[in-house]
Amino acid sequence: MAADWQPTIRIQREPFALEAEAARLSQGRRDVGAVVTFTGLCRDEGGRLAALELEHYPGMAEAEIGRIAAEAAGRWPLAGLTVVHRYGRIAPGEPIVLVASASAHRAAAFEAATFVMDFLKSRAPFWKREHLAAGGAGDWVSATDGDERALARWREGRQR
Amino acid sequence: MKLVYFAWVRERIGTSEEEVTPPAGVETVADLIGWLSGRGEGYAAALAHPEVIRVAMDQEHVAHDTPLGGAREVALFPPMTGG
Repeated sequence: MAADWQPTIRIQREPFALEAEAARLSQGRRDVGAVVTFTGLCRDEGGRLAALELEHYPGMAEAEIGRIAAEAAGRWPLAGLTVVHRYGRIAPGEPIVLVASASAHRAAAFEAATFVMDFLKSRAPFWKREHLAAGGAGDWVSATDGDERALARWREGRQR
Repeated sequence: MKLVYFAWVRERIGTSEEEVTPPAGVETVADLIGWLSGRGEGYAAALAHPEVIRVAMDQEHVAHDTPLGGAREVALFPPMTGG
């Protein structure tokens, strides 16, 4: 990573504070012109789900998100990048993941946040299992073709 | 080597980790999956469709044709669904 900063990456059971995480990226700086935040939330799928249970691979989850963050920092002139991913049981309406990116200009911040989310979906070692509103455990969530297509787009568009 | 399993791979095999010594001839990730699937019903069920199994060696994603080399920890898991 050419930048003089390190991404903040946290894997945690607890909820996170979106506003505080975003504020930290521009705190005390005069060169940041754009902060983009993405929050991924647990949906109830039309009332079908009571919760999602997220399993992860401790150690690799941090390492893989670190590799994705380093790739983003190499592609865009970022001033900072924060990724927080939760694990454990998460109820509908609660946040699962946060990606926040900072840059001098908005295009880099938007694109980097999208890039990190796209890679995180199919490369970060997390697995979701459904818990049903009707009671009991449901199925493991299946990966979608859309997730893989999102990656292909970045591979083809390396020149951006 | 230490093997670790996640999500439905873990559930079908019935354990989250184990120490194994694969026999001679098990040289690649694909060889390892093939050998494991012959170790019992749970393994066979977990690895029935090897093409969907994702593998990490020492916590980095690898393709199935990767030589195991001196890997200390090999993880087998389904396609990831985080985010």
